[in-house]
Amino acid sequence: MPDEPKGCARVTGAILGAPPPQTAERNSFSHSPMEEPMTARVGRPAPDFNAPAYFRGTFKNVQLSDHVGKWILLCFYPGDFTFV
Amino acid sequence: MYKELQQLGVEVLSVSVDSHFVHKMWNDHELVRMVDGGIPFHMLSDQAGNIGRAYGVWDESQGIELRGRFIIDPDGVIQAMEVLTPPVGRRIAETIRQLQAFQVVRDSKGAEATPAGWMPGDPVLRPGPDLVGNVWKVWKPKK
Repeated sequence: MPDEPKGCARVTGAILGAPPPQTAERNSFSHSPMEEPMTARVGRPAPDFNAPAYFRGTFKNVQLSDHVGKWILLCFYPGDFTFV
Repeated sequence: MYKELQQLGVEVLSVSVDSHFVHKMWNDHELVRMVDGGIPFHMLSDQAGNIGRAYGVWDESQGIELRGRFIIDPDGVIQAMEVLTPPVGRRIAETIRQLQAFQVVRDSKGAEATPAGWMPGDPVLRPGPDLVGNVWKVWKPKK
């Protein structure tokens, strides 16, 4: 992911190591290992990702693996302006 | 609560399908009224749900991410996960307790374990031949 989002492109979080959606081959007759969804499980490495973020007045990209060496609390929630 | 997480050396990352621009609006217009100085951690945007899918919290029918919470250790390994449907909010105190327990276990290089209901300061277990049949001597469950 580029550091600066270009124009009106819809930037989004992305899993690192996963094929980009445009180039992923969709073939219902065969399943390559790359098409298997990565699934988070306890005791297994956390799927690495990169995503645009808001942090104290600035926009920046965050990559999970940049934080190796620290304990991480990763929290998903349904949407802004709801209770977290 | 965030101070406690900081004292434990924990980095918080929040994720939703809202854009980082909306995160800014939410912070500036609502959250700053609830949290002194605004949100102190990174608020990530996952508009396509890619991260949510990999973590098993993507709700395709609503296009949102469920209330998933993951504790990831310094090696990048997931140690704990909890997923709630949207109507029920979380209780951060239990998350902090689990973080403290996982840190105790890690500091002991896996030699120690924390029994059910363990709170910081309570005795820990040292699994091994001597503990078999003797847990009752160490661990006295509170009602």
